[in-house]
Amino acid sequence: MNNDKKNRLKDKAFRVVGVTATWAGIIVLAIFMGFILYTGLGRLSLDFLTSLPSRFPEQSGIYTAWIGSLWILILTTMISFPVGVGAGIYLEEYAKNSRLNTLLEVNIANLAGVPSVIYGLLGLGIFVRLAQFGNSILAGALTLALLVLPIIIVSTREAIRAVPGSIREASQGLGATKWQTIWYQILPASFGGILTGVILAISRAVGETAPLIVIGALAYVPFAPRGPLDEFTVLPIQIFNWVSRPQQEFVINAAAAIIVLLGVTLVMNGIAVYLRHKWQEKMKW
Amino acid sequence: MKLWHEKVIEKVLAGCAVITILTTIGIILTLLVESVGFFREVSIWDFLTGTQWTPLFTQKEYGILPLLSGTFLTTFIAVSVALPIGLIIAIYLSEYATRRFRKIMKPMLEVLAVVPTVVYGFFALMIVTPFLQSFIPGLSGFNALSPGIVMGIMIIPFVSSLSEDALSAVPNSLRQASFGMGSTRLQTAFRVMVPAASSGIIVSVILAIARAIGETMIVAIAAGHQPRLTFDPTVPIETITAYIIQVSKGDVPHGTIEYKTIFAAGITLFVFTFILNTVSYWIRNRYRQKYE
Repeated sequence: MNNDKKNRLKDKAFRVVGVTATWAGIIVLAIFMGFILYTGLGRLSLDFLTSLPSRFPEQSGIYTAWIGSLWILILTTMISFPVGVGAGIYLEEYAKNSRLNTLLEVNIANLAGVPSVIYGLLGLGIFVRLAQFGNSILAGALTLALLVLPIIIVSTREAIRAVPGSIREASQGLGATKWQTIWYQILPASFGGILTGVILAISRAVGETAPLIVIGALAYVPFAPRGPLDEFTVLPIQIFNWVSRPQQEFVINAAAAIIVLLGVTLVMNGIAVYLRHKWQEKMKW
Repeated sequence: MKLWHEKVIEKVLAGCAVITILTTIGIILTLLVESVGFFREVSIWDFLTGTQWTPLFTQKEYGILPLLSGTFLTTFIAVSVALPIGLIIAIYLSEYATRRFRKIMKPMLEVLAVVPTVVYGFFALMIVTPFLQSFIPGLSGFNALSPGIVMGIMIIPFVSSLSEDALSAVPNSLRQASFGMGSTRLQTAFRVMVPAASSGIIVSVILAIARAIGETMIVAIAAGHQPRLTFDPTVPIETITAYIIQVSKGDVPHGTIEYKTIFAAGITLFVFTFILNTVSYWIRNRYRQKYE
């Protein structure tokens, strides 16, 4: 066989390797999900969603956990959305090319790479102890808000950057001030992109376990929280707790809870991807 | 009147941006303050060179090496899985696949990075470990191998997406020149495109390593909680992150030395990820304008 033929053969071989590798990850994930559905689907019922946790696996439910997750979701959004978008606007519209901007940029890139468990230690030191919020929903939401802030800032900046300069110039040419231009032109035009980033960030927050364990969210909370200063648990922590137990019945509970958690995460991500697609179509001026 | 209003808005927005700096300062101060307390009772030398980590036992030893070896072992396994697969996917998507296939597969692969890590922990413990045990007889129920592999699957999209971005940023003229010389796609990919995109690929790998070092729940669930200075992937170990979770789960009173150990462990972890992040940021900035 001459060299040329050999090279063509190698080329063909790599094509097969490439397709296999691309599908491999997805197939493994599909197997995992199949296992989860097979194990947990039978346990999923209205009772499971409305029961308090219990020592007896068959009576145990995820009521306190999903209420806690809902609280965390809402509070984290309320804190991180305005702050993240505000910071993104500032970096993109006001602080361009200043030294402060460089510092902020390096810093945000770094924060995005800090492990989530470290944010937990930050929350434990600052929100739980120093601010004395205790092991409350508020402390958890503040911690997670800081964790997802870099995601929101980066996507806000990208969305704003995608707005054509002509819109900005036209608005300013008509005598609008800087803020009027941002508020009436830039933000509406970039809103789809910003929203995508916020949804992705929030779905990340809903799936986080480690930082909330570190700030002292409990594995067992007998009642659903009623206010932001109450103790709480969330779905991922409930799953962690059940996975750590030896009895097979708790594993089934964990699988059922995972179906709920995965459902929420995947739906949120699906919405985000759809919004991004719609928005990108719209942005082709 | 109007200008006054604009000035206030600018200040408020600047305040939002400054919160990110305060976050970094907060992280460093929190870790330092509690660690200083820890290092008053344990010498830094013992901490860095000790081979026993037993703060929760009566016979207390505070050598971080067992936690470090656990962290590096799982990270090494994860990267050994994610690097070849992620790179092959990146090359295939950018050099071979049709546009349509790429457009569908990229978001699908990114789902791998979206699944909550506690779910991956469940997979590692309930599926991958029993599966591996069926042909590795000596494999313990808790081990480094299974969470390492699962972590590797999780970080595949980090490598594949960022590397694919880097490859598609290489100007088409290089590819065409290579084809013009009679190269096959494979030769073009490995001898022209990968070297040309190397800085971006290296950044993707560094970020994946940083992610694996900081990954917590998979190892907390499936690696066991036995700090041990070993590179044997079949026995239970403990990583820095899993230790922090182990202590946080229990009720450790504030101010005790056990409480402070998690901050000493945390600062060690922070130093490693900080170095990796800084290096990747530096490479990215330095080589960004290469083809523009």
